[in-house]
Amino acid sequence: MTAPLMQLDGVSRTFGNNLALNQVSIDVYPGEVHCLLGDNGAGKSTLIKIMSGVVTPTMGTIRFNGQPVTFSSPRDAQHYGIGTVHQDVGTIPLISVSRNFFLGNEPVKGWGPFRRLDHKTANRIALEQIRAMGIRRVTDADQLVGTMSGGERQALAIARALYFGAKLLILDEPTAALGVKEARVVIDLIKKARDDGIALVFITHNATHALSVGDRFTVLIQGRSAASFLRGEKSREDVLNLMAGGEQFETEGHGD
Amino acid sequence: METTLEPVQPKRLGLVERLLRVTWLGPAIAAIAIYIFFGIFGGATGFLSTAGTAGWLNTAAELGIIAVPIGLLMIAGEFDLSTGSVVGSSAIIVALGSGFYGLPIALTIAMALTLGVLVGAFNAFLVNFSKLPSFIVTLASNFILAGSALGVSRLISGSSNVSYRDAGWAEPLFSSKWNFFNVSIVWWILATLLAAWVLRQTRLGNWILATGGNADAARRAGVPVNRVKLILFVWTAVSASFVGIMSAVMYNQGNASQGQGYVFQTAIAAVIGGVLLQGGFGTVTGIVFGCVIYGIVGLGLFYTGWPTDWLQAFIGALLVIAVLTNNLIRNVALNRGRRAK
Repeated sequence: MTAPLMQLDGVSRTFGNNLALNQVSIDVYPGEVHCLLGDNGAGKSTLIKIMSGVVTPTMGTIRFNGQPVTFSSPRDAQHYGIGTVHQDVGTIPLISVSRNFFLGNEPVKGWGPFRRLDHKTANRIALEQIRAMGIRRVTDADQLVGTMSGGERQALAIARALYFGAKLLILDEPTAALGVKEARVVIDLIKKARDDGIALVFITHNATHALSVGDRFTVLIQGRSAASFLRGEKSREDVLNLMAGGEQFETEGHGD
Repeated sequence: METTLEPVQPKRLGLVERLLRVTWLGPAIAAIAIYIFFGIFGGATGFLSTAGTAGWLNTAAELGIIAVPIGLLMIAGEFDLSTGSVVGSSAIIVALGSGFYGLPIALTIAMALTLGVLVGAFNAFLVNFSKLPSFIVTLASNFILAGSALGVSRLISGSSNVSYRDAGWAEPLFSSKWNFFNVSIVWWILATLLAAWVLRQTRLGNWILATGGNADAARRAGVPVNRVKLILFVWTAVSASFVGIMSAVMYNQGNASQGQGYVFQTAIAAVIGGVLLQGGFGTVTGIVFGCVIYGIVGLGLFYTGWPTDWLQAFIGALLVIAVLTNNLIRNVALNRGRRAK
């Protein structure tokens, strides 16, 4: 019996008069992929920001490993083991793979004023970790990240988060800008991480991608959790209708 | 996840790939070509002599002491147009303080360096908290400082130009000469070694590259972006102060309106040296070659006997060629990697 790694309970967030997130509850389990579906403006990014410590909820509680927590900053959330891979992947095109991999956590050697970057260690570890993700084309840690494809950059960002101890990985639209083949690579990475017992939150508006890896699903519509279901409980048709029909559904409900 | 890994075999790079990695190669080749060019057309009149060599090296050194930190600042995605006024006001502080008031030279040098720290901190503060482009912020501080230096100088001494007799112990430090070579070359080498060490071998160096490459991503990775910018703005302004102090000691006078030439020359040297104007890319070695090119062109034209009126046109053309070449090399490097299987 596994307990949820992270639980959001009735979480709301307002920005001025705008209720961006309304009483949303989500459980994320280790070794499972929780897909967050929804149209633009449905509150997905607010939810991610709350989970990764960028903003705090105005109402509701967050539990991590059963304990109520408040994240004071993204750094704080990272210390709990929450890694976030953003749409722009957090990679910087004109610096090397290993410099990117260790950005903010650079290994150093030497003493006092002679403390310096340990390029050798950094290069070795970065290359090992990326190749462990199944990216074989990257053979040189000194190569610029700009020479890597979109999927490979996602792999770099995921490898990086996992190496620095992420137990929960939030993937913000990792397949949005990718071609079919590249998206496949990322989906495989997600499966791999799941099999390793990582808890994943996968944000997407591609139902096919979601259904191919998702264990749990939450559909957000206008800041509310419109539907929440397990793998196999809803057909692909239902999911698509939920996502596409959200606007109409919501309009009828509130009459505006 | 698979636990056994095939051993990682570093790929052997082809010659072209290896050369493309050497990002300062373009400026280096350009420097050599320009040196040969002026060697041919100015050699007979002494461009290749010791005096000629010292001439362009001295120019490159004084430029380089500021251009090297400005290059780092540009790699971090920011710009500093206030260096010119910092040079002038630092020179006038030393000249007024030690010449007019007779204060000890150590005190006036400390005051000038403090001014550098304050200007750098002011620039960084405005850029970090207003989120305004540093271009406009530092342009404003350049004008504010230039005007203030002139005003104060005239108010106190009645002139914008103050001379004094002797800088005491500071003389050997800032105005020594060996043949025709100024001690400024030594200071330039020290400044360059420090910057190269920081950029290549320290965490700060990695943060500088990341800040210019993608500030948001850097921030999310835990890089203290604002602190990186503060350090670089202060570093640049203090270097400009240093050049102002050096010139005050070297010429035994200070002029409140001197130094404005550095405003664009330093940025030009950095760009010719391969620093990407948008930030995120550049090397200290490249910047050094950028300064050398500037020095050679400035002095070489004089030795050819051709009218020096054309100097700026020449530098401008060089700037365009440098930017185009650097873009080309970078795109080729990125595309080659992407296509490679």
